[in-house]
Amino acid sequence: MGNPNRAKAEKGLMRWIDDRFPATQMWEDHLSKYYAPKNFNFWYFFGSLALLVLVNQILTGIWLTMSFNPSAEGAFRSVEYIMRDVELGWLIRYMHTTGASAFFVVVYLHMLRGMMYGSYQKPRELIWIFGMTIYLALMAEAFMGYLLPWGQMSYWGAQVIISLFGAIPFIGPDLAEWVRGDYLISGITLNRFFALHVVALPIVILGLVVLHILALHEVGSNNPDGVEIKKNLDENGIPKDGIPFHPYYTVKDIVGVAVFLFVFCIVLFYFPEMGGYFIEAPNFEPANPLKTPDHIAPVWYFTPFYAILRAINFSLFGLDAKFLGVVAMGAAIAILFVLPWLDRSPVKSIRYKGWMSKVALILFCISFVVLGVLGVLPATDGRTIVAQIATAIYFLYFLLMPFYTRIEKCKPVPERVTG
Amino acid sequence: MKKQLAAFLIALMPTLSMAAGGANVHLDSMEPDLYNYESLQKGARLFVNYCMGCHTAEHQRFARTAEDLGIPQDVIEENLILSPQLAYNDLMINGMTAEDGESWFGTAPPDLSLMARLRSPEYIYTFLRSFYLDDAKAWGVNNTVFADVGMPHVLSDLQGEYELVCDPNHLEVRVEDPLRGKVTNPRDCFRQVETGSLSPAEYDQAIYDLTNFMVYVAEPSKYQSNSLAPKVLLFIFVFFIFAYLLKKEYWRDVKH
Repeated sequence: MGNPNRAKAEKGLMRWIDDRFPATQMWEDHLSKYYAPKNFNFWYFFGSLALLVLVNQILTGIWLTMSFNPSAEGAFRSVEYIMRDVELGWLIRYMHTTGASAFFVVVYLHMLRGMMYGSYQKPRELIWIFGMTIYLALMAEAFMGYLLPWGQMSYWGAQVIISLFGAIPFIGPDLAEWVRGDYLISGITLNRFFALHVVALPIVILGLVVLHILALHEVGSNNPDGVEIKKNLDENGIPKDGIPFHPYYTVKDIVGVAVFLFVFCIVLFYFPEMGGYFIEAPNFEPANPLKTPDHIAPVWYFTPFYAILRAINFSLFGLDAKFLGVVAMGAAIAILFVLPWLDRSPVKSIRYKGWMSKVALILFCISFVVLGVLGVLPATDGRTIVAQIATAIYFLYFLLMPFYTRIEKCKPVPERVTG
Repeated sequence: MKKQLAAFLIALMPTLSMAAGGANVHLDSMEPDLYNYESLQKGARLFVNYCMGCHTAEHQRFARTAEDLGIPQDVIEENLILSPQLAYNDLMINGMTAEDGESWFGTAPPDLSLMARLRSPEYIYTFLRSFYLDDAKAWGVNNTVFADVGMPHVLSDLQGEYELVCDPNHLEVRVEDPLRGKVTNPRDCFRQVETGSLSPAEYDQAIYDLTNFMVYVAEPSKYQSNSLAPKVLLFIFVFFIFAYLLKKEYWRDVKH
């Protein structure tokens, strides 16, 4: 575009295109001249892996849509038709089901990376907010997708979650009915979830991913040291600790992709049900509105929040327990959005924060995993108490953050990135 | 009004309990072997002859079964496709409607295509070996794995008839004998009162074959999956080596 040197160097087709569309400029801005810190470690693979899984979900999803029948009468049968009669249909479907769980694995690790290295801190608040919105849309996407095979757990899982809307005072029951489009979950619900799952939410997610990456490339990537590489530029205005994303991180991420695909394929080919966590056994029975399964458990990636919901088993201020549970569950996700403003630490990375931040983050991770495990299991009195303690730790991690990040003693941050 | 409602609900109880399989039941171990084609073929034969009168495998085609298990088409057509309305490429269904099933058995016999994945191989293997005589039931039999099951013991001509010598309510766990400290296997609670055409060991083998077939029919794609997996994993491994070397080559110029 505006660069006379480039215009001279280029000729032929690329020149013709660049005069009309900033192809070369976009390539340079986002890949070959986007300077990323050279000290990315293991934790920095999960962003590109999330993109890979997103592409996997979209491609396999398109092919599934070709044979899926979104009706209460035909959905279950069409899934088995895909599994048996469609050429390689089983592979496409398992790539999609395994991909759904893999998406949450990589997204949770990606979020943990952000929390460890303070990647949400100024000036990256919007990257975090866009990311959190992707996570929220992803949860909606996964929830609606889970109804589509129309198995028992699809049906009753959706029943439980939609009934949560019913706990909202005054408007609750009407709201739940509006979401379902019927008095109970029916083919109408299935059809609208199908539309949202294959059209609306993918568009939203793709748009948000673009915003997430544009915001990232505007301010530049953080790194394990939390040092701003743009503060140390060489004579050409290039960060001394930066390397072009392409080819350095493209070739590095491809190694990560190979390792990821190896694990992914082992699950896909040998353990597609993953012991009932990726595909739950009751889903091998068609949905039956008259028969409640003995134990309804959401898919594993929702269980931490489900455990928080169930942990609130007491009424307060005249509000009933179920509603408070819904509020707590919503708050558990909402509080992540304001994380950039809860962290008052002068340093970004956990490497240079004080011991209080380190202990807090470890306790937070433990409480999240404990909640996840409890959410799978049927509730007992003992487990509810553990869930309540874990819920308290979960929230205290955030609510106390403005205090412990301010009073703790941080280590000095180096001028340049290390190792 | 409330009393009437309560009476109605109590009257519904037997129907409801039929739908529920008991939890915490002792199950015998069962290792499926999808490459034991002889076992699978015998299982297919049992399935068609004994199960498909009432049940179906409505997601599976006869042709697929034949190809996967190595059964020639003419053998399938003569021995396994019992209904004149069905052809080689048809789904494995029967002529019974769901309404008939409900009026005859209290509940429509479920489709068995996915039963081995819904329950487990162990569940099916133990269930089919756990019928016992019970005069209180419509079909004269009950089951320790699935209490008050609405299904008759269709395999009794093979197995013979058994009575239960323990309390059916205390079979959930292995029972300790308080005097001798011996662990009682629930299997010891069955006593044969009439012999069938198969010996107990032969019957166990037949049920193993039948269960094995049901495991196959629940996920026929396992064959493709098992044969494709090593190739894909090998490809990814080789790809990894080259990707790693490429990365190393590029990163040589990055100074730390």
